[in-house]
Amino acid sequence: MNSVVLALIGIAMIVAGYLFYSKFLAKKVYALDPDFKTPAHELEDGIDYVPTNKYVLWGHHFTSVAGAAPIVGPAIAVIWGWLPALLWVTLGTIFFAGMHDLGALWASNRHKGQSIGTLAGRYIGRHGRNLFLVVIFLVLLMVNAAFAVVISNLLVTTPTAVIPAWGAVVVAVLIGQAIYKLKWSLPVVSIVGVVALYALMLLGDAFPIILPDTIMGLSANAFWIVVLFLYAGIASLLPVWMLLQPRDYINGLQLFIALGILYAAIIISGPSMMAPAFNTNVPEGTPSIVPLLFVTIACGAISGFHGIVASGTTAKQLNKETDARFVGYFGAVGEGLLALGTVIAVSAGFQTVAAWEEVYSAFGEGGVGAFVTGGGAIVNQGLGIPESLSGTILATMAVLFAATTMDTGIRLQRFVVSEMGQIAGFRLKPLPATLIVLVITVGLTFSAGADGSGGMLIWPLFGTTNQILAGLTLSIVAVMLIRKRRPVLPALIPLTFVLVMSVIALFVQMGQFYAAGNWLLLVLDVIILIAAIWVIIEAVTAMNRARRAGPLSDLDEERENIAADADKRG
Amino acid sequence: MGRMAGFAAGLREFYYAPYRRTLARAKRDEEDLFMMLVLSESLGVPNPAGYYTLELLPVVFENFHDWHRRMGMDHSPLDSISCC
Repeated sequence: MNSVVLALIGIAMIVAGYLFYSKFLAKKVYALDPDFKTPAHELEDGIDYVPTNKYVLWGHHFTSVAGAAPIVGPAIAVIWGWLPALLWVTLGTIFFAGMHDLGALWASNRHKGQSIGTLAGRYIGRHGRNLFLVVIFLVLLMVNAAFAVVISNLLVTTPTAVIPAWGAVVVAVLIGQAIYKLKWSLPVVSIVGVVALYALMLLGDAFPIILPDTIMGLSANAFWIVVLFLYAGIASLLPVWMLLQPRDYINGLQLFIALGILYAAIIISGPSMMAPAFNTNVPEGTPSIVPLLFVTIACGAISGFHGIVASGTTAKQLNKETDARFVGYFGAVGEGLLALGTVIAVSAGFQTVAAWEEVYSAFGEGGVGAFVTGGGAIVNQGLGIPESLSGTILATMAVLFAATTMDTGIRLQRFVVSEMGQIAGFRLKPLPATLIVLVITVGLTFSAGADGSGGMLIWPLFGTTNQILAGLTLSIVAVMLIRKRRPVLPALIPLTFVLVMSVIALFVQMGQFYAAGNWLLLVLDVIILIAAIWVIIEAVTAMNRARRAGPLSDLDEERENIAADADKRG
Repeated sequence: MGRMAGFAAGLREFYYAPYRRTLARAKRDEEDLFMMLVLSESLGVPNPAGYYTLELLPVVFENFHDWHRRMGMDHSPLDSISCC
């Protein structure tokens, strides 16, 4: 089958979802009101609450949620064939992710831009907030540990990406200096930055950096992991203007360019899908497609992480409530398109079925490596860029995604640790909190051996944890919809589906971990399972309570908000 | 606003928006420190640059109330400035 046809069908489905389903959600389910005074206007302070142009807001909502996960997940899930992955990515984006992200944005917007954690406390019960903290800590732990492994693997397998990946840090620091100290104009700095980044890719392609087998007693992979954590720890402690802000910015620009390159190459070259539509010849040890497909592809179909971004920062900057449709739903569409591009790259980028099967020789194989090889071949055919250079471009894109998520992830995890410390009654300064985070994450990464593969081992648990977070957000949305007597099925169906799949997946994986004698993962699995069952019980109770209570008008809601504010102030 | 200027403004917004809060906090912390230096002589801390910082007092007057509240003092610590 021709990949262009598939790409066009996929894009058409997702765009139709935006045009029709999101319109239905905006009008009938969330009843977005252009006259509603959004928190950005009501509480405008020029700092947190700032009404922002919807295209700009979409831009950084999308770049904040797009990490390496929409590449890692689909690139692994193609092992069951490209059709199930493609269907889950498209239908998941339309009916699950768009609904969820728009819902989180709406819920937060209706509550003065409060975060999902705070709303969980209010709608799901007093345990809601603590549960939220535990789940978010685990998600961040998995992201940080797994992304370190993803990056180190890429740096070892694609040595041409080493110079651009680390050079991007230097470019970011220079951009920060140029803007804040030298006061250069931003468009000029942006152009210079992007050109410098691509020049580094050319340089990297000419001078691959291959590390010796062992450095200071560590394997090349383990060495990169240690360096990455050191970098992320330092980056998370530096002032944001110096590194993180310019790095995220240049990475956002690079994201748009690289996505454009990938789709242009697919459309021009139109390679055939080499992978089977349904893979009946899966390697030994591959788990069953149901439920594992639905947790392997989390970002790109539905992701709880988006709810945190939507309610954390995006909701505070919404200019008009009706903009939520574009920012929230279309943000999910952006990530769906990234996942769709990945599915096509890892299915059509190989010359023969045998070459594809060789890469997908076991579950968990393939991954980002397959994306770089397959996508590189497509970019080479479509745009005539030499195969090695196209591989370098895609590998650098994946490394930058993962690295920016990782350094922000370490920073966020530090906040969570400080908050947990506060609940336990002691104050933690940034440095000790960062050290605690690094010790736990590095410990986990090396838990499976000195090669540092432990981070990737826990990746299958990322999907389930992330889906539980999505379930928590969807239950808040469902409770709000029930209280307002609005159609609740659009929230209830995805909610039930993700929670049921997550719980089954956790049971399946528990059996696997027990059989393999992997006690660390077994313990983590049990913790997540308890959290999942807890979410389900609390959500069902909250929904029953909401059903029994009388319908809630906007005026009643306003009164409740005032009472909740007064409560908070004590 | 011309199309190019509009684009530059959008780009600027895209650059600043995600970190607006963090940058504003950092700027405020820096200004708090500066305020303390300016007021150090009045607070009883010998300051060799006191002669120059004295000139800055009228400039920082406006922000004095917010500053002492942020520093954890409900009322003005200085007899000379009785803002509340």
